[in-house]
Amino acid sequence: MAELGQIADKVRSKNAGPFWLTIDVFCGNRAAFDRISAGLDTARVAALFRVDPAVLKRFDIAELNVVKFSLPRPAVQGTRADRDMHGAAWSVLLEEMEIG
Amino acid sequence: MTRVLIPTGALGLGYDRTALARGVAAGPDIIAVDGGSTDSGPAYLGRAVSKYSRATTKAEWRDLMLARAEAGVPLVIGTAGTCGADAVVDWLFEITCELADELGQSLRVTRLYSGQNPSEIAQSFAAGRIAALPAAPEIDADTIRACSNIVALAGAEQVQAALATGADIVIAGRTTDTAIIAALPLARGCHPGGAWHGAKIGECGAIATTHPASGTIQIDFDDTGFTVEPLGATARATPYTVSAHMLYENSDPFLLHEPGGVLDVTGARYEALDARRVRVEGSVWRPGPYTVKLEGARIAGYQTVSLTLLRDRRYVGQARTWADQAAARARGDVAARMGLSEDDYTIELRLIGIDATLGALETGGALPVEVGVLAIATAPTEAQAGEIGKILNPYLLHHALTEEEPMPTFAFPFSPAEVNRGALYEFCLHHVLAPADPMDPFRLVTEEVGHG
Repeated sequence: MAELGQIADKVRSKNAGPFWLTIDVFCGNRAAFDRISAGLDTARVAALFRVDPAVLKRFDIAELNVVKFSLPRPAVQGTRADRDMHGAAWSVLLEEMEIG
Repeated sequence: MTRVLIPTGALGLGYDRTALARGVAAGPDIIAVDGGSTDSGPAYLGRAVSKYSRATTKAEWRDLMLARAEAGVPLVIGTAGTCGADAVVDWLFEITCELADELGQSLRVTRLYSGQNPSEIAQSFAAGRIAALPAAPEIDADTIRACSNIVALAGAEQVQAALATGADIVIAGRTTDTAIIAALPLARGCHPGGAWHGAKIGECGAIATTHPASGTIQIDFDDTGFTVEPLGATARATPYTVSAHMLYENSDPFLLHEPGGVLDVTGARYEALDARRVRVEGSVWRPGPYTVKLEGARIAGYQTVSLTLLRDRRYVGQARTWADQAAARARGDVAARMGLSEDDYTIELRLIGIDATLGALETGGALPVEVGVLAIATAPTEAQAGEIGKILNPYLLHHALTEEEPMPTFAFPFSPAEVNRGALYEFCLHHVLAPADPMDPFRLVTEEVGHG
């Protein structure tokens, strides 16, 4: 077991417009991509962000060694409940997630 | 071939002047720069103001106006003034007029307005001409009418119409990030998939290269695709940096929706021409119904904030309990003294050092040295928010965890302790409008400015 952030090169989260969040896991090489792609359970990621797994989009892009997730923002950008205007910090939830 | 020079990802972010000079010397057909997006939040659209300082905007725009004069080609900015509302288009027009005088330039300037009348948009909504996009908020006609500003995102057609006025400078309100780059290549018959894909790669300047901060890149569009060339001295575009940029701020890395269709890059091929340049072919443009996206912001209350610092180890260890008790006592006072129900307002104490960033999603647990208590009062009026902020103050200053201890006092960095933030804005549209004609929601105004 290891934290995903120790295996991947970089994990980046950003707004994809005010209503969506997108998180890119840059694995860096094929071995890391294979390990993360296989070890990262979509249902666990949905639970981490408390979203319905049905609305979580996942893209495993071998050509880029990237795993990407997109989801409706946990809070719509700029609303009273929002804590992170640019959606910049949600990446740490994936970085600190333990995977096999 | 159509060469588009992109000085930077956004006017106000800064760029490499040497790289810009290199781009001008390379003979561009147009200089295109983005002026904003929704990324900094709803207040800019709600208030119709720019995020960047006027002085910075003027300094960077001045250099682009000089570059335009030297290159002898049009200069176009999309989403002027962060949000692209009509008032900020006029703000940048005013700056342009000042600079034209100062630089002795005589110019034809076309403004492309994207602002919408909320009442007319509400009527379009009632008539069924507005459709929700995925994860859109529930709205009704009243939501739309409550917007302080609504903009429609112009695509390539509207930017082409602005260029067709013979403008030296086009100041566009809200456009899609890509439209200002794709417009001229499309008008000249370049490969449509290549035009939109290259525009997406270029929309953030040099972000799609090895040196994102260098800012400036140029893209050559032609009959079969496009070629990306960074202009910073050490910046390189590689098949990886270029193809990975489709991930950026995009919920689907293979599809990009634009007015009148969708870009599909599933079959795109990326080839290194040399150590710095990348060639891309194989992207497909799929025409579809003509719709334009709408953005709107409305006031969702008023806020007063304060910051208190807990450094005492016992209070740091019990910060959540302490904050919950302080908020509960303040809520009691708000009910008794202001007669407000808890449905009317909120008090939120965010604990910086504990979970202020992620809230309920936080998974960490180590205790910090200190805790910042960011108190946020939100109420229907500015006066009420201010009153609630002041009602909170004595509890934030002196609330004790037990009754048997000497009265504690906590650290406040400011006097007055509270800051009235003014209105809280929220985005309330994630919808598309189907106009009868692409130009219907937009207006063009052309003027000659400066001295001859």
